[in-house]
Amino acid sequence: MDLILKIWRQKDAKSTGKFVTYSLKNISPNCSFLEMLDILNEQLIQKNEEPVVFDHDCREGICGMCSLYINGRPHGPDDAVTACQLHMRKFKDGDTIVIEPWRARPFPVIRDLMVDRSAFDKIIQEGGYVSVNTGGAAEANNILVGKENSELAMDAAACIGCGACVAACKNASAMLFVSAKVSQFALLPQGQVEAKQRVKKMVKMMDELGFGNCTNTYACEAECPKLISRSNIARMNREFMCAKVI
Amino acid sequence: MAELNSKIPKGPLTSKWTHYKDHQNLVNPSNKRKLDIIIVGTGLAGSAAAASLGEMGFNVKIFCYQDSPRRAHSIAAQGGINAAKNYPNDGDSIYRLFYDTIKGGDYRARESNVYRLAEVSNNIIDQCVAQGVPFAREYGGSLENRSFGGAQVSRTFFARGQTGQQLLLGAYGALSRQIKLGTVKLYERHEMMDVVLVDGKARGIIARDLITGKLERHFGHAVVVATGGYGNVFYLSTNAMGSNTSAIWQIFKKGAYLANPCFTQIHPTCIPVHGDYQSKLTLMSESLRNDGRIWVPKRKEDAEAHRNGKLKANDIAEENRDYFLERRYPAFGNLVPRDVASRAAKERCDAGFGVGSTGLAVFLDFRESIARLGKHVIEERYGNLFQMYEKIVDENPYVNPMMIYPAVHYTMGGTWVDYELQTSVTGLFAAGEANFSDHGANRLGASALMQGLADGYFVLPYTIQNYLAGEIRVARMSTDKAEFAEAEKAVQTRLEKLMGVKGTKSVDHFHKELGKIMWEYVGMARNEAGLKMAIDLIRKLRAEFWKDVKIPGTINELNVELEKANRVADFLELGELLAFDALDRNESCGGHFREEYQTEEGECKRNDDDYKYVAAWEYISEGQFKLHKEDLAYEEIEVKQRVYK
Repeated sequence: MDLILKIWRQKDAKSTGKFVTYSLKNISPNCSFLEMLDILNEQLIQKNEEPVVFDHDCREGICGMCSLYINGRPHGPDDAVTACQLHMRKFKDGDTIVIEPWRARPFPVIRDLMVDRSAFDKIIQEGGYVSVNTGGAAEANNILVGKENSELAMDAAACIGCGACVAACKNASAMLFVSAKVSQFALLPQGQVEAKQRVKKMVKMMDELGFGNCTNTYACEAECPKLISRSNIARMNREFMCAKVI
Repeated sequence: MAELNSKIPKGPLTSKWTHYKDHQNLVNPSNKRKLDIIIVGTGLAGSAAAASLGEMGFNVKIFCYQDSPRRAHSIAAQGGINAAKNYPNDGDSIYRLFYDTIKGGDYRARESNVYRLAEVSNNIIDQCVAQGVPFAREYGGSLENRSFGGAQVSRTFFARGQTGQQLLLGAYGALSRQIKLGTVKLYERHEMMDVVLVDGKARGIIARDLITGKLERHFGHAVVVATGGYGNVFYLSTNAMGSNTSAIWQIFKKGAYLANPCFTQIHPTCIPVHGDYQSKLTLMSESLRNDGRIWVPKRKEDAEAHRNGKLKANDIAEENRDYFLERRYPAFGNLVPRDVASRAAKERCDAGFGVGSTGLAVFLDFRESIARLGKHVIEERYGNLFQMYEKIVDENPYVNPMMIYPAVHYTMGGTWVDYELQTSVTGLFAAGEANFSDHGANRLGASALMQGLADGYFVLPYTIQNYLAGEIRVARMSTDKAEFAEAEKAVQTRLEKLMGVKGTKSVDHFHKELGKIMWEYVGMARNEAGLKMAIDLIRKLRAEFWKDVKIPGTINELNVELEKANRVADFLELGELLAFDALDRNESCGGHFREEYQTEEGECKRNDDDYKYVAAWEYISEGQFKLHKEDLAYEEIEVKQRVYK
């Protein structure tokens, strides 16, 4: 298939970016989206042009590194996949494809389609864990977890930290990301001891870093490649209220 | 150069580790603060070690090339993690886990290390549960187990098909806590370029800030390399695109021996190759073999009709299906170890029974399990894997059987380490997949996560202290020292040399060519003539690379092509050593299959008289390597032919 690509090119965080148009011919529909970009880059290198910079690593939808805003949707037109799992068969011959980086103030552009998501790491550092040192943990089966809560905790823990929720949100809110981690521990006995401190600190950091508020449009849930549920946001709100009041 | 001393503690196997810990040197709390440790890599081994050492009070600096520690490729491990808990009451024990691992590794692993691994396996599960890792549970709330290849017990703990992700996020959480507390400093988007030695001891690294392109000098009283395996030497593998050999190759050039590089694991269940634009291969977890049955058509005409698209798998009658693993290995069936399953699939395809458009695929069929258990059970167990398969292949695996083929997955070989995980360079340690120590010639499923976390949480934090206790009088060194300046200059020279080639072909071109050579001659089946051919071809390709590689941009900026070129340059040297090692080892064992050495049934024919050793290679100069042998003494286990029939 033949394609027209409109790709955001930006030299660095300080420079002004712009869209540049490229045409690409004879792309196999079985090619993945990132392999299509590999082919473009190979051609750019041959023409002595700078290849397009984009983040990627595992290419199997689990590391969370790829972060492309494709035709107005984070990770593109397919549901429940990351950009690296998106295949060209989801497009038509002759299509124009617009590719942008995540756009959110807390995720500054580094170059082209690559952004800085270290804000997510900073939120996790505030309390996205159980404070337990190595060694001395009790026998594992001493902690029983009901199957239902265990499954719900796993649903929340499946978040890959890609940032699609922030990119999808008109407010650049990180509520889905933060609530997924808060929920995982709120649902498990191991997380109870620090529950109040955890939610307060993580929310505070989220606000300080400039992520917006949630206005319940749920674009985050709709675009999440791992189908993280908005009910986690409700759970986090409840945890937060309890932590503040009690 | 250091002599090969594995430092295995004296005494009976079952008490070596306890004895070691009881008598090792420790560092008191006030001195810990004065000691700096550099850790390269943030996968299971690196993150777990950094968190544990930070908790103890050491000063840790940790480096990763990705944008966050959570991206490390441990995250992609699907199936599970082994431990000898014996929760299912099926007769498991530390000894059995140890025995299965040694046997699974085809008697080419060090007994003492593997026993220690089995011993700490249960602590890992306790630790991860305490961290809130959401392992699968039974209805009563206790932990659930499943079976994996090479074992007759169910000892694998799992978090759906995302066990690696959940374990890594547990370690990442522990690491994040230490970063917040200030005991660990994180350097993300940084790549280690070289190790710095002062008076023969590892004292730091040269790292490149991948955003600015600037080289940095970092001091450490000790350096730990936990940078994973070198599977990407084959270009197409299940590794992440950035996974590379550069850290272990640079330390190899500085004196850290590299052991058993030819022990590479080809995983039997991956999505087959479909085009030359392909950039990576996707694994379908071994856990699928619990409920999926592997088969090819019994009749060649059916296989051919399937290849031509004239016959569908579901239209092939039961009596015309050859469940070749169940036929050849009735005792273990579809759960034979990976090397055995991979070779059996290759054998069928080579014999003309392969399916799919390329003929390089076999079926993995869930029809019977779905009929027996219901679709919902299969969905609960493997839902995310089935979804992943459907997205890539565009076929519904609940209806049509999956098509799979072996692909490069893991490397058992790696930096040679002693019992303390110290390399042949003093003060330099290697952990996780980067070292060679525990899996012998073949790794069993669900053992990589076990080893990564064992090294990171429970082994290295102890053994490194035994070394650091002798370093408490060494003050932090200035990175203005001549040794740092020289190392940085050497890195700068190499980068300038790469940029100066200004050739015509992209880095990927060379990487793909290398991959083809490796897969063809150093892949699943190897022979003397092919290996010699490979060495010749790699040398030529390497020479061409340094004459004709084309890298756009400059050094002092973000330059992805330069990063790749630097890694491929190392793969082009490692590939040659891998072939050398395969040529030296005139036997077949585990993942190393030499066609000249097989039984009449086509199984591996080991040669214990001549090759029961670890091949530890020393770097002399480009293309020149010296072999050192570490004899493997088995005190506890009787060395036997490995039978899964």
